[in-house]
Amino acid sequence: MKQQVLVLYLNTSALDAEVLGWANYDGTGRTSPATGDGDEPPYETGVDALKDGWRLFQASQLMPPYPGHEYETSFLKHEFWFEKLE
Amino acid sequence: MATTEHLLTSVEMARFVAHGYHRMDAVVPAAINERAVPAFEAGRLPDVSFGTPLRRAFAEGSISRAILAIPAVAGALRSLVGPDPTVDHHHVHVREPHEGRAQPLHGDAVIDTRVDAFDVQLMYYPQEVTAAMGGTLSVPGSHLRRTNESDTGRYQNLRGQTRLTCPAGTVVLLHHGIWHGGRRNDSDIRRYMYKIRFNPTVPQVRTWDVADLDDPAVARELSVYHPWCEHATARLEIYNRITMWRALTGDASFDIDYWATRVANRPGRVA
Repeated sequence: MKQQVLVLYLNTSALDAEVLGWANYDGTGRTSPATGDGDEPPYETGVDALKDGWRLFQASQLMPPYPGHEYETSFLKHEFWFEKLE
Repeated sequence: MATTEHLLTSVEMARFVAHGYHRMDAVVPAAINERAVPAFEAGRLPDVSFGTPLRRAFAEGSISRAILAIPAVAGALRSLVGPDPTVDHHHVHVREPHEGRAQPLHGDAVIDTRVDAFDVQLMYYPQEVTAAMGGTLSVPGSHLRRTNESDTGRYQNLRGQTRLTCPAGTVVLLHHGIWHGGRRNDSDIRRYMYKIRFNPTVPQVRTWDVADLDDPAVARELSVYHPWCEHATARLEIYNRITMWRALTGDASFDIDYWATRVANRPGRVA
């Protein structure tokens, strides 16, 4: 059994929010995704990935900002991990 | 080689604060580009010690000096980093033909928490860069995010990213914090990018042409929302740009749509 992984970064913590960023990892070896290999997201929303057969297996927790650092920005906040198995 | 001509305007500076880069297409003449490629192919450049004053860093007649003497380059650099910067380091980056991999998205050096100073990185492309040559990937507006080096390597693509294609002789000046990486070169051509990092030696306050400081377009530039940025976090980005603009202008009262003022309003409280 081989795993394909899709990571989507969404506009809010809701799974039906717009896709802002994405990454692919292909355990089948059929494709070779790379940084900066495309400008168009694979799906418009996270739910669109579900409709296409991707299985959600992890989502970012909602974390309060660290006291004293409420205005700082860092990593993208709303990260969702999907897989397909074959 | 400093000049007081060709300084950036306040609107252009605000655009830099919001996007993290200033791009000048084909600003380097063909005669210099034609010298640069074989020089970069020949091997390493002369060493420059960390912190060398710019006026002593590069020999007369060198390609580095020729690029930095171009008025548009000199004026933009002075506007961003101020007069008499030092050279942090310089390096020729090469992406080999069909090398099969890209750099992970990263910020250079280490996490840098300065809010009232920044380094500038010059990237010079002596050749035309086509899409297949794997031009530098960068993420407009990512420079104020506090992340360390390649910890962002998981992000393969972001909406609104720039996959650089450009004519020969293009120079991009970048804020030190911008997320970027060399893309996979799928062409038959060796691709060169020459980088110089500059450190400021004076406070970076009103170092550009401030004649248009009160232009409403300044606030509009600082208020841009980037397509890759979450809506909520984009508001924090504007807040952080306000903080940076206050430092750059020395105007502690500057604000946009009351973002910074309302959250600091604590009547009667001093601590």
